[in-house]
Amino acid sequence: MIIAIPKESAPGEARVAATPESVRRMQDLGFSVVIEKGAGAAASFADAVYREAGAEIREDTAACLKGAGLVFKVQAPTDEEIELIPSGATLVAFLKPAQNEVLLKKLAEKNINALAVESVPRISRAQKMDALSSMANIAGYRAVIEAAHNFGRFFTGQITAAGKIPPAKVLVIGAGVAGLSAIGTAKGMGAMVRAFDTRAEVREQVESMGAEFLTVEVEEEGSGQGGYAKEMSQAFIDAEMALFREQAKEVDIVITTALIPGKPAPKLWLADMVDSMAEGSVVVDLAAEMGGNCDYTEKDEKVVKSGVTIIGYTNLPSRAATQSSKLYATNLTHLLTELAPEKDGEINIDFEDEVIRGATVVREGEITWPPPAPKVSAQPAPAPEKKAEPEPKAEEKGEKKKSPLAILAFWAIAGTLLLWLGRVAPAEFVSHFTVFVLAIFVGWQVIWNVTHALHTPLMSVTNAISGIVVVGALLQVGATGSGLVTLLAFIAVLVASINIFGGFFVTYRMLKMFRR
Amino acid sequence: MNGMISMAYLFSAVMFILSLGGLSSHETARRGNIYGMVGMAVAIIATIAGIVTGAYWMVAIAMAVGAVIGIFLARRVAMTQMPQMVALLHSFVGLAAVLIGWGGFLDPRLNLTGAEHIVHNTEIFLGIFIGAITLTGSLVAFGKLQGIVSGKPLMLPARHWLNLAAILACVFLGWLFIPAELGAGTVLNLLIMTSIALLLGVHLIAAIGGADMPVVISMLNSYSGWAAAATGFMLSNDLLIVVGALVGSSGAILSYIMCRGMNRSFISVILGGFGSDGGEMAGDEVDGEAVETSFDELADDLDAADSIIIVPGFGMAVAHAQQAVSDLTDKLRRKGKTVRFGIHPVAGRLPGHMNVLLAEANVPYDIVLEMDEINDDFPDTDLVLVIGANDTVNPDAVEKPGSPIAGMPVLECWKAGKVVILKRSMASGYAGVANPLFYKENARMLFGDAKESLQAVLGKLS
Repeated sequence: MIIAIPKESAPGEARVAATPESVRRMQDLGFSVVIEKGAGAAASFADAVYREAGAEIREDTAACLKGAGLVFKVQAPTDEEIELIPSGATLVAFLKPAQNEVLLKKLAEKNINALAVESVPRISRAQKMDALSSMANIAGYRAVIEAAHNFGRFFTGQITAAGKIPPAKVLVIGAGVAGLSAIGTAKGMGAMVRAFDTRAEVREQVESMGAEFLTVEVEEEGSGQGGYAKEMSQAFIDAEMALFREQAKEVDIVITTALIPGKPAPKLWLADMVDSMAEGSVVVDLAAEMGGNCDYTEKDEKVVKSGVTIIGYTNLPSRAATQSSKLYATNLTHLLTELAPEKDGEINIDFEDEVIRGATVVREGEITWPPPAPKVSAQPAPAPEKKAEPEPKAEEKGEKKKSPLAILAFWAIAGTLLLWLGRVAPAEFVSHFTVFVLAIFVGWQVIWNVTHALHTPLMSVTNAISGIVVVGALLQVGATGSGLVTLLAFIAVLVASINIFGGFFVTYRMLKMFRR
Repeated sequence: MNGMISMAYLFSAVMFILSLGGLSSHETARRGNIYGMVGMAVAIIATIAGIVTGAYWMVAIAMAVGAVIGIFLARRVAMTQMPQMVALLHSFVGLAAVLIGWGGFLDPRLNLTGAEHIVHNTEIFLGIFIGAITLTGSLVAFGKLQGIVSGKPLMLPARHWLNLAAILACVFLGWLFIPAELGAGTVLNLLIMTSIALLLGVHLIAAIGGADMPVVISMLNSYSGWAAAATGFMLSNDLLIVVGALVGSSGAILSYIMCRGMNRSFISVILGGFGSDGGEMAGDEVDGEAVETSFDELADDLDAADSIIIVPGFGMAVAHAQQAVSDLTDKLRRKGKTVRFGIHPVAGRLPGHMNVLLAEANVPYDIVLEMDEINDDFPDTDLVLVIGANDTVNPDAVEKPGSPIAGMPVLECWKAGKVVILKRSMASGYAGVANPLFYKENARMLFGDAKESLQAVLGKLS
């Protein structure tokens, strides 16, 4: 089967859906590759390099798409391009199925199978095909670069002979892939970074990147299905806005990345916040495509309002075209590996495969979007009981929550049995039994505190102190007047001594080895 | 005099509790061991000085011989053989409990009647029963770990019924024995029960596979404690009761931790037979190819990585690779890389086995972390070295609900940038399940003996 890589026709699109490296991988999987002349030029991949990798270079889009079984693109095809794609072929690209019903209909009419890369489900197995994440990563990086470019000061603080330079303060709103990438980049450039997200579970990720995590004092969990955020309540939004208003007075750079699937971007950075920012500050709105998080954002434009630069570029990955083409091409080859499990150059759109099912939006003339909900979320909601009971182990050995009635019944029966035992058993036994039960509880408490790393020494030391049975044997040696009992007791003393000396000595040996 | 002895015993009991308490951290562990020794010395001296009236020479000989053997064993044992050593020591406790039980039974001094007689006989009976199971069970576990007995579970037909029948027979014998007066019949009765319990111990443990040994050893640890407690009841000795209870609950907790580490119920481990159905390896539907790597490539990877996590398993112990691992760790750390270890609770054949091996090889303990401490760090890790671990790093446990090991907590090493697995062959682990980790995009295999491989890689590192 032939894979065709046409040149992207959208204005300003510098990316390409294949790199020389991915061309080789595609051939390994049994496909032949055709590339339109100059397709990679804007991403710094020359035709000659593709040719060297084994691809055939064709003059124009029409020639390139002719006879293609599989078409890899970055942007959704235009109407002219759809005309050129052979019927029955399969198209893989960013198709935005949620907003592009018309496009899907056209593709279905022409019997073109279509896989939308942004619909690849967010499950662990599909991470290597998640082009949305790889692009978001670049967008986050690029957002910081754009901000730095338009910001008149250093990011990092310095003390120089010419005076003190304060570090730039960066606020990142939305700690998804793009947000985290922006945090990392800004941090790497020396800025002080703060981040806000409605999902509490990203706190650790934010903090691991070295940023400060901002929260509001309203209890609400913002995790939606599939690792995305959901819309929040009014009380939460009010608290959030108050927090942002406070931050606006302090921060120099704001990068907003808040998106809710299938909905316009929430307005988070309002006009009054921009107005209260210091002159020369920069706002980069990564949600410009979906209407923007900032009131002043103009799609694809850079505007200056009350001295603050607001950047609304929508295609930031294309501004780092070489890197984003590389990542995108790798995502596509992973997807191709999934599509062509036999490595024979033929693809199979297998709906049993969760990843392929999720990505496929048109198959055999039928629109198959939206897919059924993913079975496993990549980031399940944090289990609340984790924090609630730090040490529940001691009380519940194995059993789950019990009804109070069952607990009552248990203790009632246990109590009755104890009373009965106290009635029939000799007094001496009762006192020993008391010691026994209390010792079990003491042991239970003490042993739970033993660190896992010392479990082997624990076993050997318990071995050694089990040797205390030697006391029992000592009481019998020679005291009973029976030769047989003495012999038995003699052997018992001997083996118990092996335990005592062996156990303590080997524990000593082991503990001596542990060093910091 | 009796009061003084009781106080001495109380002192010993406190020392033993402090001894176990000391193990809560590395810093206090050595002091804890000393406490244990002091407690033991006080108990023995008090007993000999206060109660034993004659036959001092016999006591001296028995203890001297025992001490020589014990210290000889303890000096000689390699850390890789610790599981065997512990199993053997358990069997000694079992043996001592059986012998003391018989001694107590045959003791002509005792002349108890009524309830006291019944209680005493019950204690003897239980002590011998638990002791006998501990004795032979530990010996079988020892044999399995030492390789004398096959590690495969022994699957007799109707084995559960056999166990049940044995237990019922013992209960019946106990019912006859406990109220009866001493006589030829009761001796025979106790002899039969002892034999049945010995056989039961063999059979119970023989049916459990090699990989479940951590649970078995912890369980036998617990039994040896209960046996000591039963002996204490029989001899009306509170010290034995306290120690027995401490050891018994310690073993029970360890068994519980091990079972949780494998996500299996205690009952299913005891019933045995896991990983035994050799015919049907669940090696289905693993697609893709395992990609092999080379010494050079691994050396380059190590050079390029900033943060490295090493996941050791029983295979490291088998290959005696801990020293090579330690040398590699040293070298990498000197280059300024972060090297840490991730230890699964059931790695090895004994709770905490890996920690001891790494400590022996001079790996600092503060870079050796538990699974729960390190599992979240894999996504930020550049390179993971899996050395002789298999089931404990199987992604199926998390990703495939139908898998036999589904739900078992595992070290999620596949989330790291790259995983290199040092392994002898593609064989599956003890659970008998194929491991899709080997086929992951970011996984590389390095076949061969772990020790030799690591030494070769060490040579390549500049």
